[in-house]
Amino acid sequence: MLPIVEHPAAAKEFVTNPDRSRWHDRALWFVRSKRDLQASSLPEWEYLRQTASQIKTHTIANLAHYLEQFEQNAIAAGAKVYWAEDAAEHNEIVLQILREHRTSRIVKSKSMLTEECGLNHHLEANGIDVVDTDLGERIVQLRKETPSHIVLPAIHIKKEEVGETFHEHLGTEAGASDPKYLTEAARGHLRDKFLAGQIGITGVNFAIAETGGIVVCTNEGNADLGTSIPKVHIACMGIEKLVPRQRDLGVFTRLLARSATGQPITSYTSHFIGPKDDQSELHIILVDNGRTKLRSSPTFRAAMHCIRCGACMNTCPVYRRSGGHSYRATVPGPIGSVLSPTRDPNSYKSLPYACSLCGSCSDVCPVKIPLHHQLLAWRGELVGKKLLPMGKRVAMTLASHLFRHPRLFTTAGAIGRLSLRVMPRWMTHNRFNKWSIARDMPKPPQESFRNWHRRHRGN
Amino acid sequence: MIQQTPSRRAILDRIKTQPVEGPALPDVDPNIVIAFDDPVAKFQEMLIAVGGQSHVVSSYEAVGKTLQTFDEFASAKHLVSLVPEAVAGTVSTESVRDPLAYATVDWTIAKGEFMVAENGAIWVDGKTLPHRVLLFIAQYLAIVVKKSEIVSNMHQAYERVDGFGGPFGIFVSGPSKTADIEQSLVLGAHGCRKLQVFIVDDK
Repeated sequence: MLPIVEHPAAAKEFVTNPDRSRWHDRALWFVRSKRDLQASSLPEWEYLRQTASQIKTHTIANLAHYLEQFEQNAIAAGAKVYWAEDAAEHNEIVLQILREHRTSRIVKSKSMLTEECGLNHHLEANGIDVVDTDLGERIVQLRKETPSHIVLPAIHIKKEEVGETFHEHLGTEAGASDPKYLTEAARGHLRDKFLAGQIGITGVNFAIAETGGIVVCTNEGNADLGTSIPKVHIACMGIEKLVPRQRDLGVFTRLLARSATGQPITSYTSHFIGPKDDQSELHIILVDNGRTKLRSSPTFRAAMHCIRCGACMNTCPVYRRSGGHSYRATVPGPIGSVLSPTRDPNSYKSLPYACSLCGSCSDVCPVKIPLHHQLLAWRGELVGKKLLPMGKRVAMTLASHLFRHPRLFTTAGAIGRLSLRVMPRWMTHNRFNKWSIARDMPKPPQESFRNWHRRHRGN
Repeated sequence: MIQQTPSRRAILDRIKTQPVEGPALPDVDPNIVIAFDDPVAKFQEMLIAVGGQSHVVSSYEAVGKTLQTFDEFASAKHLVSLVPEAVAGTVSTESVRDPLAYATVDWTIAKGEFMVAENGAIWVDGKTLPHRVLLFIAQYLAIVVKKSEIVSNMHQAYERVDGFGGPFGIFVSGPSKTADIEQSLVLGAHGCRKLQVFIVDDK
């Protein structure tokens, strides 16, 4: 069993560093603003979201059909297709392919699925050198961290810190922090890795049932360099990545980069159907790892629409201020707070509460996942499963009793107004009142709203 | 050959025993989506926005002349040209099968099938490349495309690639880039440092 993630405790270090928290907040808001510009540049934006959502709902409903169609066409194009029930099986399949090729050097491009499966650890434990080639991922890899965001893995790291990391690992000048200089250093370092790579591993942004092909989107071109040099390409994908037809990509390629980073499209949108040539191999691994379980839930099924753009994180006021690592999950932010408890409700029970229910995530989601409704629904489930902490459960029961009894409510209001006026600070600001840790208590009004209403409205 | 593994069966069984109602597969209404009166102008605007540069030229010969005005081209030694009517290459691609042989390529001049106005992307069909690595390994990339070969949006673009059956095709929009260090945009991450697009007026 995983350790229980207490989001408020995990976020403490980040939020109690106001400079960093504000800096992080602004960096993400900048991305969110760019997304808004892009969304408003297309009059048909809402139509696209609606269509994307409908394509996804259709695909998830008919998933078995499309998976079988995809498999058949991918095999016909010369690819090899594997099915993995969970992370362990996925990692074992990858390791097996590497062993068959006696490979020790892997160039990997960013893939949240392989992060979810903990592939790097598994391969390293088996003596295989994995190089993450996305710049942000390489930075976090060298720092022995994990990505804090699914699209911007190193968004939590300052350029001076990248400079230190590169000085230590790549021999750049001490104290250097110019992004251009540091990127150039990474380019040189990673080019050597690309040239020496024996197998390229990538994620998959979209898989097309009709053609058996896969699409990978990057800005850096790392997936392309990483798969065009080696003879073997391993593509790892969750089973929800399918779209029925090639032309459905018209909808998704328009939404993905605009929602993710505010670009009209990624620099490279690569379509692979089968291996390069008769000397080469393409292996595609279809991974479940909890996805069929998610599909069986009418309440949370729409979370399978997710195209991993990260827009919900960029807009989330809690994520922006608490940082991605505070979620202790591969996918953080609103969508992560929906997905993680599906996998393990007990460990991730605090995540649906890392939410102000402002609804901004649902507004920006390009595939219309009703994220804040799902987060609220999760709270209901967690209460039902008795997974709420004792303090909250007692308080909620008392509050519900109070709201159901008007006379009691009126009396409690009067007592409350009086106590707030007369109680000394130590009585309200102590370890029993978590609400007041970073807040002052409100100034009580002179009279209750009910009284005020009676005086001003007569009846 | 389909491998009937226990995992395959288990995953498909879990899906099939859980029937879910869904809507019909929608098609995009071409009358609702954006189109441009002057798609070439829009393409040029978008290409600048994504970090590339474009040049409308009157003939294939003019491509070579314009390239000569760039220092990084004039001083380049290793050129691969897949558009010989525009530029002569210095590296032969015949009988080269090892991608590492291209590690020192300075420029690749590639052929684009068509442009997309809304996002500055160009479709390159892998079949026009002796090796697909040429698009990514070169320090600089130029793509030559005919002016009449343009669509407004990605829906029209996928109509054009509808028969595409592989093994490789790509929309290239701008040079390789990254903003992974504090959101500062840097051109030239792993692939080409700059992208020059030549729009040949064929009317």
